[in-house]
Amino acid sequence: MSRKITIEPVTRVEGHGKVTIHIDHEGKVTQTRLHIVEFRGFERFVQGRPYWEAPVLVQRLCGICPVSHHLAAAKALDVIVGAGTGDGLTPTGEKMRRLMHYGQFFQSHVLHFFHLVSPDLLFGVDGDPAIRNIIGVAMKHKDLAVQGVMMRKFGQEVIKVTAGKKIHGTGAIPGGINKNLSIEERDFLLKGDDPLNAEKMVEWAQGALDFFKGYHKANKDFIDNFSRFPSSSMSLVREDGALDIYHGLLRAVDADGKKILNDIDCQDYLKYVGEEVKNWSYMKFPYLLALGETNGWYRVGPLARLNTCDFIPSPLAQKEFEIFKAYTNGKPNDMCMHYHWARLIETLHAAEMIRELLNDSDLQGDDLVTKGTKQKEGVGLLEAPRGTLFHHYRINDDDQIEMANLIVSTTNNNIPMNNAVNYVATREMTGNHEITEGMMNAVEVAIRAYDPCLSCATHAMGKMPLEIKLYDENDNLISKKFK
Amino acid sequence: MSNKIKFKIDGVTCEAEKGQYIVDAAWENGIYIPTLCNIPGIKPQGSCRICTVNINGRPMTACTTPLLDGMEIENDIPEIREIRKAIIESLFVEGNHFCPACEKSGNCMLQALAYRFQMMAPRFPYSFPVKGVDASHPKIIKDQNRCILCKRCIKSIKDEDGKSIFAFYGRGHKLRVHVDPELADKLTDELAQKAMDVCPVGSILVKEKGFDVPIGKRAYDNVPIGSDIEGNK
Repeated sequence: MSRKITIEPVTRVEGHGKVTIHIDHEGKVTQTRLHIVEFRGFERFVQGRPYWEAPVLVQRLCGICPVSHHLAAAKALDVIVGAGTGDGLTPTGEKMRRLMHYGQFFQSHVLHFFHLVSPDLLFGVDGDPAIRNIIGVAMKHKDLAVQGVMMRKFGQEVIKVTAGKKIHGTGAIPGGINKNLSIEERDFLLKGDDPLNAEKMVEWAQGALDFFKGYHKANKDFIDNFSRFPSSSMSLVREDGALDIYHGLLRAVDADGKKILNDIDCQDYLKYVGEEVKNWSYMKFPYLLALGETNGWYRVGPLARLNTCDFIPSPLAQKEFEIFKAYTNGKPNDMCMHYHWARLIETLHAAEMIRELLNDSDLQGDDLVTKGTKQKEGVGLLEAPRGTLFHHYRINDDDQIEMANLIVSTTNNNIPMNNAVNYVATREMTGNHEITEGMMNAVEVAIRAYDPCLSCATHAMGKMPLEIKLYDENDNLISKKFK
Repeated sequence: MSNKIKFKIDGVTCEAEKGQYIVDAAWENGIYIPTLCNIPGIKPQGSCRICTVNINGRPMTACTTPLLDGMEIENDIPEIREIRKAIIESLFVEGNHFCPACEKSGNCMLQALAYRFQMMAPRFPYSFPVKGVDASHPKIIKDQNRCILCKRCIKSIKDEDGKSIFAFYGRGHKLRVHVDPELADKLTDELAQKAMDVCPVGSILVKEKGFDVPIGKRAYDNVPIGSDIEGNK
């Protein structure tokens, strides 16, 4: 008898996701799908709104990384108000935005690794779910949990002084920023009491990386081979090939490291990237037009970024990058769990960049906004914590938005996440007549490697129930249970 | 000769000029009576009712009622607070007020009153009216979703001949405030900014600028609405 297993909602992943696994009468997994079951609709209801409202409105897509949407929209509107892209802003405008973005990167990566992922590493994929959560981490590994909480707090404080508040601020406006960094705010972050200062964050970020590397050494097979499959990678890179999460050119490399998208201008993204719609998910499936719908999919996010960039422009992270690259002899890394390794290298990079920016006197400048000849259309891309984020707006003669197209990071990773889920389900469940909680968590572990934030909505962490439904071959529900 | 008279608000003896409107007299004595449609110095109309107080036991609008000797006024009492809260809630449900993305947030009188009177969720059902956005004027956007029809713009934004540049159109639930088409070109940059400032909500927006005051520096970010009045005590 064939069966259909539904994991709904997926836990320790913010937002709502659902996984369905079809198993035939021989116990073989025949199909696995990750469904995104929430409809957001921001592209539609931003239409008709004044264009300058977009950065504040669209950031409500997400409670973990609203800054990414805030800044991507502001970047698109920079083009519309004639401020150009990237270096078109004043030094204060651009550096304040960068500081905001690094602050967010730092807190988001920390949340991802410490709060959502570390329980799987510390207690095992099939560990007792009652303690396999952040509370369990706090009880058994207090120092690590405290570091995670305080590091996230520091990132949120960086966001607060640049955007006005920790979640859903208003800092970035078309053409620049609405405030600079006061000396008091700078000193609060630079010289704050331990542990809340930039120096300590660099030290702790290095410590988190060392923790992961130690875990990797002891669990090589799991970290290297869990849900491993080759793919293309895509991200922004700086003009000189450096990792740049705020601005750059769009680059993609194939599984062998060959460039398949050669540093294109983001304003031209529609010439290179298409989106496919499938009837079983609200999330679209982006692909590179030159390679087509079947072969044009790619990974984005920390792993992809370290696959596409040539170097990291901060010394400690660069040193770690070299170790990371040496592990695959310079070739693109295709190991799913190495997303976390890459994530922690980027966390270190963000801490270094925050420290560097805080020492930059441009942040105390008063020239905040640039404007030029108005345009009707603008595209803003940046690297959100989970990957490349596209915002594209067109306005009418009355300054209202008439078209918006958003390709969010999670969407870019749609096929890789589906592949990861399928890989794990096939390996864990084929031939097993009893589906255990640990097997189902393994499926979720694969998703969490890419993204803790499926629908850009926040919920009580770890509180979502897991519902399992078994169907017969005619899709009739034959049993269900909750955990 | 002084025309000062004595009156009481919530049992506190106050002094003010005879014939002054109660709101003005209360504010001079450091007692906050909330207002929304009222603009100091312009003839009041008492349309929003948020300034309702009990005068000698009867509910009346404080912005339109002249002061008389020996008046006993109840202002900050549970019954009156509840009336005001209900008025605020009704204004929210009659429009489409989405504070999170509104550029007037932090400077919005309606939002500030909702905080001051601790509105959590409205007791009335949302009507979600379809009201639209009029962006046809080159200098301003008129977001009808947020308009509370207070007439502040109609009363205070006038051309050099004293004609109101904003006007009511339609009747009943189709009543809207628009720029008078015949006077549209009289709306200078200065008057457009004044119109935005005088609007107690985010219904009149000057084009191509917004969110330029950072969070923390906006009118009601740090203290509740009315704190400046109460600071006069």
